[in-house]
Amino acid sequence: MGQSSILDLYKKDIGKKLVFGVSILIFLIILMSFAVLVGPVNIPLPEILSVLTGQTKSGMAYHIIWNIRMPQILTAVIAGAGLAISGAVMQSVLRNPLGSPFTLGISHAAAFGAAFAIVILGTGTTHSSGDVVNINNPYITTISAFMFSMISTGVILALAKYKQASPETMILTGVAIGSVFTAGISAIQYFAEDTAIAAIIFWQFGDVGKTSWTEIGLITAVVVPLSLWFAYNSWNFNALNSGDDTAKSLGVDVDKLRIKGMVISSTVSALIVSFVGIIGFVGLVVPHIVRKLIGGNEMLLLPFSFFTGSLLLLISDTVARNIISPEVLPVGILTSFLGAPLFIYLVIKGREYW
Amino acid sequence: MKIDVEGLEFSYNGVPTLKNMNLNVNKGEFLSIIGPNGSGKTTFLKCINRILNPEKGSIMINEFDLDKLHRNDIAKQVGYIPQAERGAFPTTVFDTVLMGRKPHINWVPTSRDLDIVVEVMEMLDLSHISMKNINELSGGQRQKVIIGRALAQQPEILLLDEPTSSLDLKHQLEVLDITRDQADNDVTVIMSVHDLNLAARYSDKIIMMKDGEIFHAGGPEILTPENIEPVYDVSVDVHRTGEQIWILPKKLNKATELKADNNGYRNNRLRAQRVPGTC
Ligand SMILES: Nc1ncnc2c1ncn2[C@@H]1O[C@H](COP(=O)(O)OP(=O)(O)OP(=O)(O)O)[C@@H](O)[C@H]1O
Ligand SMILES: [Mg+2]
Repeated sequence: MGQSSILDLYKKDIGKKLVFGVSILIFLIILMSFAVLVGPVNIPLPEILSVLTGQTKSGMAYHIIWNIRMPQILTAVIAGAGLAISGAVMQSVLRNPLGSPFTLGISHAAAFGAAFAIVILGTGTTHSSGDVVNINNPYITTISAFMFSMISTGVILALAKYKQASPETMILTGVAIGSVFTAGISAIQYFAEDTAIAAIIFWQFGDVGKTSWTEIGLITAVVVPLSLWFAYNSWNFNALNSGDDTAKSLGVDVDKLRIKGMVISSTVSALIVSFVGIIGFVGLVVPHIVRKLIGGNEMLLLPFSFFTGSLLLLISDTVARNIISPEVLPVGILTSFLGAPLFIYLVIKGREYW
Repeated sequence: MKIDVEGLEFSYNGVPTLKNMNLNVNKGEFLSIIGPNGSGKTTFLKCINRILNPEKGSIMINEFDLDKLHRNDIAKQVGYIPQAERGAFPTTVFDTVLMGRKPHINWVPTSRDLDIVVEVMEMLDLSHISMKNINELSGGQRQKVIIGRALAQQPEILLLDEPTSSLDLKHQLEVLDITRDQADNDVTVIMSVHDLNLAARYSDKIIMMKDGEIFHAGGPEILTPENIEPVYDVSVDVHRTGEQIWILPKKLNKATELKADNNGYRNNRLRAQRVPGTC
């Protein structure tokens, strides 16, 4: 084989993968447009166009599109992206296919934090009138959820730093922390009043439909720059794949990268979970899907996971919103239903690396 | 590049593993480390690369203290081929060799990086498997890919930890010829190896380690029965044909043989089968 032919093969291969990435992006844009058009309330196309082009500035259609559909679509896009890329980073810094916000106990810790705020800090009960569940101070609930996720991350990292815990130990610890917090939620629920229990359960359903524009802005302002940091480090993550020793011999400060990667990916996922609730499996499954389709090169894996996460969550949410119309299903329920079988399928089909 | 090791000591969790090692290797020299399993060869190589941080002593590379260099700057100068390696997720042969350019890559690999990778893959005859997943290669192929990665680093010091352990006869010679070539082009080579004949054939210098200490150091001429027997507990014949030294193992020496006898009938049988006619 000549000099050019290996290089040609390589470039053709990269080219093919880039086409895949661009297709995902195009598909995402198409789906976003489609998601604006459909919903439990039927709005005729001309009306939608007139709202989007700014000709209609009030009325029901305006309200539904700008205050319900758009925020929901954008939340799905940014939350899916953030969860997927943090899952990919966790898998890579822990060198383990089981890394994800879910398996590391971050989601459960957030749910516990929310339950804690709702019941102990009383953010959820005061205003419930009749059967309307109301979380009356969403920010305290969110902050509490975020704090507890960071506590769980902190425990895992402290183990890694002071006890030289291996990545496997870190994952096992995450699983254990997750079940401690699940037990904690049960305990809180046992002692809570009915309305508070309803608020807790309501919070736990991952739902991209409860975020405001400000919140979307905040999530985006965190997720996008931190994702760029991930992408910037993709060669470090690549080196880590060959093992700690090899990565060190290639100039990577392994301990620092592992801690930083964990802190940042946990922050991203904790923030998302705190605002939208538990959305299982996106962070775990998306990196595996992408890896199956385009291979393990982090330079492509990270950005493609980002967009595939958006796409997957948006598809799920669009389906969830319309499947039992006029009822709207929280997307977290659907991702868990779809994610678990998908994960099992990948485990069975993707034998080559675990 | 010149390497000077002085008073090097290292412990794993308080267990002394390297004890007062002193060593000088000159630019372009080929040094082989030999010694029994667990004698500290791998540990020593990892210290030279600062994968491990020795608690005592100094390692100077061209008069620069290794301790004061940034990890990435070490990686630009020192290539390392580990004894064993397992990737967490599948990658292609091309991407693995390209990984050797990591210390030089900022954001995306340049066309020069790619050219170096292609060159290395042709030299090692890896072209036909360039897009294969490395988890689907044979042990020997994988070892060559990892050697390729270290060569792609274009290091001035090459550390090899038993690079020939899973290679067949032809590929052993091929890989060591390439390594020798590197040394002849002024790359300093330190290699740990179990095959004494290969060590004798390719090295300028040899050190014999046992229990974390250097027992003997010098040219291939230190491979004498008197030196080898106490280190390995094996009695050997050493023949010379012209330049080349040949080491032939004869049998386990007395102390070990007694221990083996105590282990009973099975061990005796095994030993008898392995070296027929020498008992
Ligand atoms: N990570 C570790 N933790 C604790 N002890 C270790 C570790 N790695 C090696 N050792 C111990 O240090 C000693 C030297 O090991 P080392 O791997 O350097 O030997 P070696 O000469 O490379 O052996 P081999 O020929 O089998 O590769 C051995 O006694 C080994 O048990
Ligand atoms: Mg070894």
